[in-house]
Amino acid sequence: MGQGLRQRFESWVMRRHPPASEPVALIRRRLYILPTRYGYAFAALLFLLFLWAVNYSNSMGFAFTFLLAAVALNSMWRAHDNLLGLVIHPGVAEPVFVGQEAQFSYRLDHPGTAPRYGIALQWQDRPPQYVDVPAQGSATITLSIPAERRGRLQPGPIRVLTRFPLGLLQAWSWVNFERGGLAYPRPRGRRPLPASLPGGSGSGLGEQGLGSEDYAGFRSYAPGDSPRRIAWKAATRGGPLLVKRFTDQARPELWLDWRLLGIDNVEPRLEQLCQWVLQADSAGFQYGLWLPNLKIPPAIGVGHRRRCLEALALFRL
Amino acid sequence: MMPWRRKSRLKPNPPPIEPLLPLAVIWLLVTLAMAVAPHTGELPIWLTLLFYALIGLRGFIATRNRSLPPRWLLLPLALLVGAGVMIEYRTLLGRDAGIALLTAMTACKLLETRGLRDGLVLVFLGYLLVMSNLLYSQEILMVAWLFAVVVVMLAAQTLIYRQHAGLTALAPVRLAGKMVVQAIPMMLILFVLFPRIPGPLWGLPKDAHQGRTGLSEEMSPGSVSELSKSDAVAFRVRFVGPPPPPKQLYWRGPVLWNFDGRKWTRHEELPAKTPVAFTPEGPAVEYAVIMEPSNRRWLLALDLPASLPPRTGMTPSFQLLRDQPVNEVYRYEVRSYPSYRTGELTTLERSRVLRLPGRGNSRARELAAQWREHDPQPEALINAALTLFREQAFYYTLTPPLLGANSVDDFLFRTRQGFCEHYASAFVFLMRAAGVPARIVTGYQGGERNAIGDYLIVRQADAHAWAEVWLPERGWVRVDPTAAVAPNRIQDGLYAAVADPGSLPFLLRRGGHSEWLRQLALSWDSLNNSWNEWVLAYGPDRQKELLSGLGFGPVDWGEMTVAMVVALSGFGLIFAGLRWRSQFSRDPVARSWQRFCARLARRGLARSPHEGPLAFVERVAVQRPELATLAQEIGRLYSALRYGPVTTPAAVRRLQRLTRRFRA
Repeated sequence: MGQGLRQRFESWVMRRHPPASEPVALIRRRLYILPTRYGYAFAALLFLLFLWAVNYSNSMGFAFTFLLAAVALNSMWRAHDNLLGLVIHPGVAEPVFVGQEAQFSYRLDHPGTAPRYGIALQWQDRPPQYVDVPAQGSATITLSIPAERRGRLQPGPIRVLTRFPLGLLQAWSWVNFERGGLAYPRPRGRRPLPASLPGGSGSGLGEQGLGSEDYAGFRSYAPGDSPRRIAWKAATRGGPLLVKRFTDQARPELWLDWRLLGIDNVEPRLEQLCQWVLQADSAGFQYGLWLPNLKIPPAIGVGHRRRCLEALALFRL
Repeated sequence: MMPWRRKSRLKPNPPPIEPLLPLAVIWLLVTLAMAVAPHTGELPIWLTLLFYALIGLRGFIATRNRSLPPRWLLLPLALLVGAGVMIEYRTLLGRDAGIALLTAMTACKLLETRGLRDGLVLVFLGYLLVMSNLLYSQEILMVAWLFAVVVVMLAAQTLIYRQHAGLTALAPVRLAGKMVVQAIPMMLILFVLFPRIPGPLWGLPKDAHQGRTGLSEEMSPGSVSELSKSDAVAFRVRFVGPPPPPKQLYWRGPVLWNFDGRKWTRHEELPAKTPVAFTPEGPAVEYAVIMEPSNRRWLLALDLPASLPPRTGMTPSFQLLRDQPVNEVYRYEVRSYPSYRTGELTTLERSRVLRLPGRGNSRARELAAQWREHDPQPEALINAALTLFREQAFYYTLTPPLLGANSVDDFLFRTRQGFCEHYASAFVFLMRAAGVPARIVTGYQGGERNAIGDYLIVRQADAHAWAEVWLPERGWVRVDPTAAVAPNRIQDGLYAAVADPGSLPFLLRRGGHSEWLRQLALSWDSLNNSWNEWVLAYGPDRQKELLSGLGFGPVDWGEMTVAMVVALSGFGLIFAGLRWRSQFSRDPVARSWQRFCARLARRGLARSPHEGPLAFVERVAVQRPELATLAQEIGRLYSALRYGPVTTPAAVRRLQRLTRRFRA
């Protein structure tokens, strides 16, 4: 019942504040506030103090009880104002593999003139991550969000909360950003790297395997290529950067081909391909990726690796 | 071990403890040490030492980043300390024992304080400790100290939820101070208007109001002179008109009827809800009494009271009895007539006020019989007794010799040194033996005028006992045999009258080198009197009086609640208004943007809540191309100011200028 109510409340809030593409400023109508369990305990304490004052006809006991009640009320609007006006920027995260946790960094900007203390971001039921935001400054909170499925990684609604100053009340808001991270497939699979591929491939350099130190044409530049291999002369004529290729390279070239894994389901295939990409990359091979809808020619380097992994992550999504 | 089990659990593991910062721990320790400080007089010395030792130990652990003692140590420690308190007080339920236990458990809790939760528990315990101090004293200095404790405690509480240090030492105190100052108006509203219920709601522990000195309901030789050693204030009086002369300042307390040869006791009388009738002979005196807690039901009033404070009755012997003991500073107003004539005695009363024990004090009885033979007129008998005291070598002293079993005989014929209770007791005995109805009245006599606050201070040392005899035609007549021995006692107070004034407490002495110090003490007393009268004595009765005095007529608690709610809402509105204004003056950027949006909204171009500023001005530009340039510039400026890295005053001014110029 309580759970259902909470879910309904949250979905109502999500409808109120659909995912945003821009930074979100916490305005009044986005803020909610409720007592924490310490707040309820404090209310019980106040009641106890009140009974104590009545029983002992203690005038200052009444004054003390009323003062604490008034301070608690004061802390309510302080908690509310502690969030008011903060600007939360969309989180950015490096891509991760399924099974890892993406580190989303959120920047909090504060245009006001008084520092904001004890601001936290919380994802689902994880422990909140606290930070203080200086006046007219900003602070960053990093949230670990587990990648459970490959593809676009959307953290969903993030709770911005504060219990400052007294911990008796929690003011909070939800922010939800369109922008997310990327989760590559989990690298998994026992198949060995394919050594070389028999015929039918397009680029055809791998299977030639002839000669040494022979110039073997150009291919397009990919990040990570050595600057010495860039065809600077060709570059001066305009057009895309090209890299000279030599057949004497010690790196063998291989194709990581979807069709080699014909019997498996889609996800295990992608996991195996991902595993291969990592293996080939760390072994220093030149490798290409061949998916049903996409063919990435063999190359090396960080950029190439990222391109392949992204293709795997977003395959048929 | 079984990781799959863990995963399949529906509920996630409890989140790890969020640890307290060492700084927050230090602040908590300081504030708890402050809260317990006033208790050091009442707590057993070992507990005080243990408490401060554990505070020191916890501070050491926090500053040096050591680890806490193992958890298994805590339970034995708590049990041991609890047993110590039990042995010390022989109970755990009384007020003193309860507070000792609270202190002890707070000390134990220090050793397991790790996370935010523990920090808050400590703060809550601290608030209870503050309250417990108020049960012992509500004087100005104590309240000022506890106020400071509360501010520091709130500062510590704010630190619990501060995650970063990097702040000046005073910042938390400043924040707490601000919160308290802002809370005070609401506290005052609640203090004045929250409907007060006369307590207690249930039985209190026996020692709940222990440690109050004052008159008791019985009198034996030495019981009043014991009080003369105390300069504690019994009550203070503010007269409406000029105060009556000292010889009329007899503050009537318990009236004692029964004598067992040594001790005088009260007899049970039912208080009536209306004043007992008598015939006044002269003008009335009106005054307000601000009484210190006495833990007794009786209220003091001048002879003879003719009106009743709320919740009070009057016994047939003109004694005011409240329906509950006075355990708070209590202010009440009475009207008295110093000259009066009372009514007839009933037969039962007559037999009571003539009754003497069957045996003992035979010489006094003989003496009374002699007088009666000589002249049976009551007036003559009274005079005979007073003449005896006046003309024989009787002394008025604070330190009378001890009396034997026949206390009256012993006093009249052997020691002849006594305090007021000796004289009153002997006098009433003689009168009863001679057949004149007589009884003892105890109470206070006189008082010291405090010119600074224009009121009268009556101290415990002013406790007095005198006699009343019943005469035909006149009714009960006050006779003070002490006045026959030491007329100065009535006119000038105790200091002038006793033979050994050196044994009086400081505040009762007069003259000498320390007179200026006494004047200082009087100024301080005047401050205390105002505090008592206006703050501490504000209880259920005063509350009703106040509201009726404001022209509301008689109010019940329902109307009081309405008044409170109205006052609180009014305060809330004012507060909200102030915040609203300061909000605007604080953030010129938001203000300009809101003006811009409001102008567009009036032309039917309302920004939807999820629409960012840039998206909004784009929409404006499409729908109202003639406004495009200006709107786009405003949008760009606003979002640069709001979300951009830097804010320059020039850019803020430009935004203000543009929005002011903007006409949709």
